[in-house]
Order: sequence, then structure tokens, then C-alpha cells
Amino acid sequence: MTAPLVEVTGLTVDFERDGRSSRAVDGVDLAIAPGEALGIVGESGSGKSVTWLAALGLLPARARVGGSVRIDKQQLIGAAPKVLEGVRGKRIAMIFQDPSSCLNPVHRIGWQLVEALKLHRGLDGAAAEAATLRLLDQVGIADARRRLGDFPHQLSGGLNQRVMIAMALAGEPDLLIADEPTTALDATIQAQILALLASIRRDTGMALVLISHDLGVVAENVNRVAVMYAGRLVEEAMGQDLFGAARHPYTQGLLAALPTLTGPRRRLAAIPGTVPEPGKAPPGCAFAPRCPLAEPRCQSEPPPVRHVGLMHRAACHLQIDVGVSAWNLPRAAE
Amino acid sequence: MLLFTASRALRAALTILFVMTFAFVVLRLSGDPALLIMSVDAPPEAIKAFREAWGLERPIWEQYLSYIGHAFTGDFGKSMRDGRPAIDLVMERVPATLAITLPALALKVGLGIPAGVYAALHRNSFADRMTMAVSVAGFTMPSFVLALLLVLLFSVNLGWLPASGADSPTYAILPIITLGASGAAIMARFTRSAMLEVLGQPYIRAASAKGVEWRRVISHHALPNAAIPTVTIIGFMIGSLVAGAVVVESVFAWPGIGRLLVSAVANRDLAVVQAILMVIATWMVLANFTVDMAYGWLDPRVRGTAAAH
Repeated sequence: MTAPLVEVTGLTVDFERDGRSSRAVDGVDLAIAPGEALGIVGESGSGKSVTWLAALGLLPARARVGGSVRIDKQQLIGAAPKVLEGVRGKRIAMIFQDPSSCLNPVHRIGWQLVEALKLHRGLDGAAAEAATLRLLDQVGIADARRRLGDFPHQLSGGLNQRVMIAMALAGEPDLLIADEPTTALDATIQAQILALLASIRRDTGMALVLISHDLGVVAENVNRVAVMYAGRLVEEAMGQDLFGAARHPYTQGLLAALPTLTGPRRRLAAIPGTVPEPGKAPPGCAFAPRCPLAEPRCQSEPPPVRHVGLMHRAACHLQIDVGVSAWNLPRAAE
Repeated sequence: MLLFTASRALRAALTILFVMTFAFVVLRLSGDPALLIMSVDAPPEAIKAFREAWGLERPIWEQYLSYIGHAFTGDFGKSMRDGRPAIDLVMERVPATLAITLPALALKVGLGIPAGVYAALHRNSFADRMTMAVSVAGFTMPSFVLALLLVLLFSVNLGWLPASGADSPTYAILPIITLGASGAAIMARFTRSAMLEVLGQPYIRAASAKGVEWRRVISHHALPNAAIPTVTIIGFMIGSLVAGAVVVESVFAWPGIGRLLVSAVANRDLAVVQAILMVIATWMVLANFTVDMAYGWLDPRVRGTAAAH
């Protein structure tokens, strides 16, 4: 692997509320190479978004962030506001789940795009307008000139997400974090937006982090996938390895819950139980209460993240063999 | 847009008509002005003559129609006390009232909005808690209590300011502070919550993620949105510019509309009370109309629906 563009090491996030603190992200390690597409999968509350909000310093003041996030040599955790402002949008851009509420309702689309262009490229006046039109064209918005004068509420969710992407591209970032970019959109629009992200990545060579709770969305759009559960990274592998040879019971459970297009019909398996509430994760492996193979040490000792194959890491005490699913084995507890 | 404005104007006219009707009926049902103005032991002939002179012996609907008919020509009747046109009596008091309510409004907005914004930006800090504590005190305290406290402090103990009357501009200071303090408190609370609401919106985080510096996020992204609900309160305050000082004017013997209203009601000076209520209603309606227009200007989402009406 080439030198990483962004390297996350031992990242922790604690939220303080009423004097108690609860851990939302618990020692996450991740690296993203230039131009790479990494998928991050997990249920809501697994810390997948918080990881990146923490990296960019976008969490509220009651969040305590520890560990390290570096872009090239620049440390972002604890960095001065000026440093972070220089990174946000310029080196690492971020788009969010609900595009229509991420655009400011009182400003025109054109105004919001020009603001980004002025900030990152120092463009103004006619040059800014020309660049704005180019950006809108790049994200496939027809009739761009007319759209500049529109307000966000006059556009559909899909169009607004395209505007958000255009705005993210204004700074020509090295990395785009797309936090559930299609969750709020219709299925057809969803496919269009994902295709757009893929084509932009091809054209610009920027790296992409695609955060989603949807394994299907991630599968088609990234090289590598990281799976998070209750604030921890549980498995990380190249796409085909993860989908073909998942080694963590949680990942295996997620895959078993997906329908297949080919092959015999089967019952979709659901993972019993629910995600632990933030701050109430068990002392050992957070997945232990739901895991069919959990052993006593799983309850008490957090499993280390281990290499289980080439560029394949998993955090499980049990070394499940390739091709074996935790969900088909005889229950250890029984 | 023209249709929208026209329908608003029609509604405004109906509101004023309703207020005039209501005032007319209630005042006539609540007692006989002849007995009060002439005193109870006046000779019956005198009372009869008074009633005839003012048309009080006619059926109420006839009185009403004649009142509304005259109102359309700008004649709101004459004061039963001194025989001058009621509307003149009212209008000559307006400047005095505005002389204290306008500076008070400036105080409310000028003090309340910055305090609210500051408190929101420093949420849960000591300054925030202090601002909110002062503001709770400010708007829970009835204005006559505050007025008396101020008089006690600045007039009685310190002797810096006059306690009542209207002989020079210094007489206006205590009434202005009394009116402004509670309004500023309300404004601060409202601005704070509007601002907190806006700061929690996804577009604020998105603006930061875009690389916009925090000061600009506040000034260009948060404030224009927080202004929208705040305008409602300002509109309400503008609406009460004319009628909002009844208690304060009474406490400080300030010769404005409020005091005229109190004395006119006490004296059963029907035409004057009606004229005051009409002026207040008209002012309120105009203020509301202005607020609606301001909404359209501040909030593009409202502009869209207004145009579609």
C-alpha cells in the first residue's frame, strides 16, 4: 500500500452529558490511500459518521476526542480552528445524509456555491459564476444558469445532493467523505448519485469514504470495506474478500441478512438482539451478547484487531476459518 | 402577489371593523354614561336632555349604524367630557406615547438581540446563565413593580431622575427603562432559543464542513435564519407601540394614549374609548401586515407560497 493520504489511529470520541460520559468511537484505526474508495458500514450509532465528524472537528463542544487523525503530516485532532478551516472543504470535503436540510434555506444555490469557490479558489464575480456553472455541469445539473437563482426548497432532494457534491468539489479536495449520501433519496436517484460519485472519482482521482448502513450500496462503489459496530472497527477487507470471506460473526450476520439475486431462495437471517446503547457497551467484545459463538473471554476481554489475511483485519477472539459462518455452526453455549 | 396583498388588506379592514363593533356594543352594555357624567342625583330632565343630545335614547342598532357611517367620513364622534372630536383627542396623545415606546423598542431590540445571540453562542456558560437569570427576572416582574422599584432607587434614594410628569426629556427616562427592560428580557430569551434552534440545523454543520470560518457561519448562515422567528416578536412589539404603555403611563403620569384610555374608561367617555381602540386596532393590523411582508423578504420559502396565493 502506498503512503496513506489520511491515517486514523486510536481515535476515541466520548460524549459528555449530565456529568456522565459515553463512548461513541472506541479506538478506531483506518488508513485511506490517495484515490482510494473506502466503504464504512455499520448500524446507526456504530460511530461511522462520528469518526469523520471528529476528524474534521465538527462535533459539538461536549465531545471529547482522543487519538490521532493525520492528513499527510498534518495532525487534525486538537488542531487550531485556522488549521481545520484550511482542511475542511479544501483537502477533505464532506457531504451528508439529508441534502435539503444541509443547504441554507435563505440563500440561493448560486450564492452558496460562490461562497465555497471564493473560499477555496479565491474566485469572485464573473470568474466565480463561470466556475459555478462548470461545477453544476460536472454534477449533471441541466439548465444550470437558471438553478443558480433557485433556493434549496425549490429543488428536489436529488438535485440538492448534486448541489452539495458540486459544492464539495469547489475546493478540489483530496478526499470526499460521503455520509449516507443517498439514504434520504429515492432508489433511482440513489443509483444516479452513486454513479455520479464514481465518475467524479474517476475524473478527479480524489479518494472517497462512503459511509452507509447499506452493504449493497457500499459493495458496488468501493475497493475496501470497513465494518463498524458499537464504536469499534470489527472487520476490514478488500471488497471481494469481505463479501466472499467475511471472518467476523457480525459481518457474516449482516451478509446473511442480504437477499441474493441468484441461487436457491432462502430465509433471510436477522441478527438477534439490538445494538448496545452508547456508553453501555459490555467490557469485552461489544458484539458478544448477540454472537452465536460467544465464549466467556468474549464477555470480559475486548478482542484485538488481528490480520486474518492479506489486507484483511478482524477483531474477534475466535479465529473463524475462511468459508465458515458463525451462524451455521453448532451453538457453543448450548 | 397583488391578489395576496388585496386579500390581506380586506382582512385587515374586517379586523378593524370587528374591533369597532365589539367596542361599541360592550361599552353600551356596560353602563349608562349619562348617569356617570351627569352624576346620579342630577335632575331627570337634565339626564334625559343629555341622552337626547348624544343620541343615547335611540335603539342601539341605529346608534351603531350612524357611528359606522360617520366613521367612514373620518368622524368618530365627540368627547362627552369636553365636546372636542374624539379622534383629535386621541391623535394629540400619540406623540407622547411614541416618545417613550419608540426608545423602549430600540432598547428591547438593541439589548435583547445581542444578549440572546451571545447567550446562545456561549450556551451553558456562566454568561449564558447570568443573561437568562436576569431575563427571567425581567419578564416575570410586572411593569408596575419594576416602575416603583426604579422610582424608589433613582428618584427617592438617589434623586437623579423625576418620578412622574412630563416636563422635560429627563422625565421620559424611567418610563423608557421600565418598558424596555421587560421587552429586552423577552427578546433575549426568544433570540437565544431561535439561535440555538438554528445552530442545531444540519446546514450549519455543512457550512463548517465546507470550510467557512466560524464567525462567518454565525453572521452569514445562522443569523439570517434566526432572524425569521425573531421578527414575529419584533412585530408584536411594534404592534404594542401605541397601546403597550397603559400601566407605565399611569404609574409615571405620562400624558400618552394609555393614560387617556384609563381616564376615558373611568369617565365612560364612549367616543374617546372607541376612537382609542380603533387607533390601536389599526396600528396592530398595520404592524402585522408589515411583519408578513418582512417574512417574505427574510424567508424565501414564505415568498414562494405568498406568490402562489
